[in-house]
Amino acid sequence: MEIPYTVELRRDTGLNNGKIGIWLFLASEVMLFGALFASYILIRTGAPVWPRGDTILNVPLATFNTLVLISSSVTMVMAWASLMRRRLGTFRIYMAATILLGFVFLVVKYFEYSHKFETGLFPSTNNFLALYFTLTGLHMLHVFGGMCVNAYFLGPGSKLWETNPEWFTNRVENAGLFWHFVDLVWIFLFPTLYLL
Amino acid sequence: MTSDHAVDIDKHVRIYITVFVALLVLTVVTVAISRFHLPVHQAVTIALIVATIKGSLVACYFMHLISEKKLILAVLALTVVFFIALLALPVVTVHDGFWIH
Repeated sequence: MEIPYTVELRRDTGLNNGKIGIWLFLASEVMLFGALFASYILIRTGAPVWPRGDTILNVPLATFNTLVLISSSVTMVMAWASLMRRRLGTFRIYMAATILLGFVFLVVKYFEYSHKFETGLFPSTNNFLALYFTLTGLHMLHVFGGMCVNAYFLGPGSKLWETNPEWFTNRVENAGLFWHFVDLVWIFLFPTLYLL
Repeated sequence: MTSDHAVDIDKHVRIYITVFVALLVLTVVTVAISRFHLPVHQAVTIALIVATIKGSLVACYFMHLISEKKLILAVLALTVVFFIALLALPVVTVHDGFWIH
């Protein structure tokens, strides 16, 4: 059975189903991270003292990671623009770059986490670190999830291009929306945890 | 692909590059401001303003919200209302249940 409204627009929404689906999912993601940010505010405002993030965390590494994630957002949107220009080869280069940048982000986080554990800093050490590991850990899971989806579209998923290029372009756009959301969350996490 | 369509995409790509440069600059600005060790309230306000500008650039241009259909904008507007309510909950607790008195 064919999936309806993958390319053509529904008359009632004016959108294809994939587009409205990904935005509803992202709305739920906003509430998920919103709950954690609310927890952060509650715990921080209730604490008699609160450490500045830069006294515990590595700001230069996190700044580097911010630049990496912003760059990956650009390569992602360029991957979609390449499909709009009907250039599959260029799409592959940009998509591979996006996955590579996501991998760099995770490697940097691995070194950050390792250093914390080596110096005896764990989620159980204090509330600041509990929030740091929870928020960045959940964010890392999202980066990993986005990389898996992107890898699918770079690999086996790209076969769709041969039979239905418009649908494939829409799917890549939706994967991009998720990836940009992950970038957007980090844009707020970075100053909240590392700089304030 | 029509030539109009190609021109349209080229215009988009130029915007993406401009937004990319703006995001890089704003990231540097965020880190630079934190070096001044401002009082917490000022530091939080400035950091959130810069982060909101960066986030808006990503949402408007990379996520195409600037030209998106009204239905999606309506869904997001509703999400923003609930998101603000969620963030306001801790404020209510700080004031120790002011609505009771």
